[in-house]
Amino acid sequence: MATFRFAVSVMPRAGILDPQGRAVEQSLPHLHVDNVRDVRVGRRVELTVEAGDAGAARAMVERLAGELFANPLIESWVVEPIAAASSVSSEATRAR
Amino acid sequence: MKVGVVTFPGSNGDRDALHAARLAGAEAELLWHETPDLHGCDLVILPGGFAYGDYLRAGVLARFSPIMIAVRDHAAAGGLVLGIGNGFQILAEARLVPGVLLRNRSLRFEHRMVRLAVERTDTPFTSAIPPGRPLRMPLAHGEGCFYLPDDQLDALEAAGQVLFRYAPPEGNPNGSLRDIAGVIAAGGRVCGLMPHPERAAEAVLGSDDGLLVFRSLVESAAMTPATVTRAPTVR
Repeated sequence: MATFRFAVSVMPRAGILDPQGRAVEQSLPHLHVDNVRDVRVGRRVELTVEAGDAGAARAMVERLAGELFANPLIESWVVEPIAAASSVSSEATRAR
Repeated sequence: MKVGVVTFPGSNGDRDALHAARLAGAEAELLWHETPDLHGCDLVILPGGFAYGDYLRAGVLARFSPIMIAVRDHAAAGGLVLGIGNGFQILAEARLVPGVLLRNRSLRFEHRMVRLAVERTDTPFTSAIPPGRPLRMPLAHGEGCFYLPDDQLDALEAAGQVLFRYAPPEGNPNGSLRDIAGVIAAGGRVCGLMPHPERAAEAVLGSDDGLLVFRSLVESAAMTPATVTRAPTVR
């Protein structure tokens, strides 16, 4: 068995109202920013999978993305392999 | 009639639902979410609250609690299920009722009395409600904006699955499409609604209209053969 680390980016589908993105956009004038628009807010999930090969690991991540991390009716997602765990080690560092 | 109210970690409407069910004349007990056993209940209520802290998306983590296996079997066997507030979000995530509950359009947690138009009184959830009588009850949620793509909304309406709509003068509090406040699954035995009938079950609470929902369920259970409401995996 080997370990594989992935990031899953979940975004509201085009055409779905994104009140968080709209709220962020509405706050921009307070930062004196007037050249930014189309703000959409999503979610990123990182995870490590133990599997026999990269294909099996990725299939597990795709399954979790569709069943758990995203609601396919309103959200789309992209799975990408990432280097082993910079976010994990930095969290461990902070915890110390 | 025997009512089971599920307690998830973070439920806060479970005891109110238990109380309202008893006021309506039912025998009622709490069911723990980790045990996939409905104790022979005819009606399962998924109560309001913030199951699993609403982490990830409201309702999605509770959907995978062990008791949901029994709830799914119960629904498949024609058993009655009512999801209130967070319970509606759980039913929607479990695909036991149609629709998705998005963040309120106002971006605020909305909590207030609303008025509901009852679209049908020929269901087990509404049979004791006089036709044309609106219901006043409170709601309290951050994610109650009912959403489905347009074509699916049309299909939902055509199939008579819209059961409650927000009505004037208070109107639509959360941006729900077509003012939808509650729906039933195809088959008409599973219902989800965002407002809280159990919090309007006695006049001292400002309204006892919600009790009509519980009375409907108790009365319709009395008219339903017990064999229909027993799930095969129960007992």
